[in-house]
Amino acid sequence: MGSPIIELADVAKTFDSRAGATEALRAVSLTVQAGEFVSIIGPSGCGKSSLLRIVGDLVEPSAGTVRVNGKSPRQARLDRDYGIVFQTPVLYEWRSVLDNVRLPLELAGRPRDERDERPRALLRLVGLEDFAGHHPWQLSGGMQQRVSIARALALNPSILLMDEPFGALDEMTRERLNQELLQVCAETAATALFVTHSIAEAVFLSSRIVVMSPRPGRIERVVTVDLPRPRATKTRALPRFFELVTEVRQSLREDAGLAGEPARSRRTGPR
Amino acid sequence: MTTAPRIRHALRPLAVLAAIAVTWEAIKTLFALPSYQLPHLHEIAADFLHEGAGGERWFSIMAHNAAYTALESLIGFGLGGVTGLVLAVAFAHSRWLERGLLPYVVASQTVPILAIAPMVVVWLGTSWFSKAVIAAYLTFFPVTVNMSRGLRAVDPDALALMRALAASSRQIFFKLRFPAALPYLFTALRISATASVIGAIVGELPVGSRFGMGVVIINAAQYYNWRPANLWAAILVSAAIGIVFYHAVAAVERRVVSWSRMAPAV
Repeated sequence: MGSPIIELADVAKTFDSRAGATEALRAVSLTVQAGEFVSIIGPSGCGKSSLLRIVGDLVEPSAGTVRVNGKSPRQARLDRDYGIVFQTPVLYEWRSVLDNVRLPLELAGRPRDERDERPRALLRLVGLEDFAGHHPWQLSGGMQQRVSIARALALNPSILLMDEPFGALDEMTRERLNQELLQVCAETAATALFVTHSIAEAVFLSSRIVVMSPRPGRIERVVTVDLPRPRATKTRALPRFFELVTEVRQSLREDAGLAGEPARSRRTGPR
Repeated sequence: MTTAPRIRHALRPLAVLAAIAVTWEAIKTLFALPSYQLPHLHEIAADFLHEGAGGERWFSIMAHNAAYTALESLIGFGLGGVTGLVLAVAFAHSRWLERGLLPYVVASQTVPILAIAPMVVVWLGTSWFSKAVIAAYLTFFPVTVNMSRGLRAVDPDALALMRALAASSRQIFFKLRFPAALPYLFTALRISATASVIGAIVGELPVGSRFGMGVVIINAAQYYNWRPANLWAAILVSAAIGIVFYHAVAAVERRVVSWSRMAPAV
């Protein structure tokens, strides 16, 4: 692993509202190295999305220091160092699929030939070259999310920030997109910070999993995923996969004070 | 759309029209209404063939005056649309401006247009311009209200995306806020289209005007007891202008915001 790309030191976030202050994050320190795929997992409201948005300079931390590519998050954002994928595809409905992928290139004022070529290449990468002229609403949820991944890659960012991108998709689509995402990351050599609440997804994708406690969010544990790469459907059937899933689940339960609760008959592996 | 559904589509309003005609004549017969209360439809139709004072037939007189009113409405519609848009953009940019100006904008619409129209005509003269200004007065308000709402009703994540992509505020306006607000704008323009015709006609009512449907309506009202069908014909023509305007806006809307689920079916 190379140099540190994302460095968080004692980051805290408190949201003030009329209802009072809500402490979302407390003393979070984390370093992500170049080329890593780090997932953040935790119960709802543990501040994992806030953490991602702090890295992206979409939310200001209340305390602590953040460095992204060795710069302030603001500078990294202005330099367009990262691509972002939200929980919903956030496609602009007045733009065609192709024009949605083109948006970052337009905003960055890239030359015409790049604005013409790059979006097509990216749609090919996510397997949607035949849908370039479609309206976003003509695509399924999974396809729309692939468009938004293509858009995130448009400026060839060194960092990918993903906020539960597959949370709204069915299990089959999610597993297929997990696979595609790993290929994309391998091809682009991007460093990924990935928020999820699916344990299996985190284990399958990550090199490390950051397990967060309920609010106020703290890093409870970091699980290193030593599964072999490249990962494929058969990875989900490895005994080690189940061990890691169990390990992550256990840490989540300890967080929630549910360590003594008997394991429910929830799905742990592939269907 | 293929031809068959298209024809069926066009037939529906005609079927409704036929139903209205039947109801009209049924009411007239049932309550034994004399023509000065409710003329026969054929009497109204015949009025268009009636010969006017100058030897000109009435369909021709109506057409000239309707064209005059339509032009005033169109200019007023454009004027009001631009004014409404400018105010909406200003309001969306500055809460301070909105808080300061909105009460007066609202007040302007609570004053009866019939009270204001004569003053505008006194100030600006009896030419087409004063009528266009009155039409604009009724046009701008729906545009301001709807568009400033549309400019604000942007999905927070769509804005976060713009921020993440380091977009300038100019880019955020032209590539996100404005296109996202277009369905709101067109909803307002559909309302304004018919309102602008009302404005132009009301502007023609004060003494001194020489052309337009407002003048025709005033004259027809004076001779109503003697020739009621004339006023009814004028009303039909005035309504037709509004309907044509509405559909023209809707047609542009279907083209411009074809991506929107808010776009009208008709």
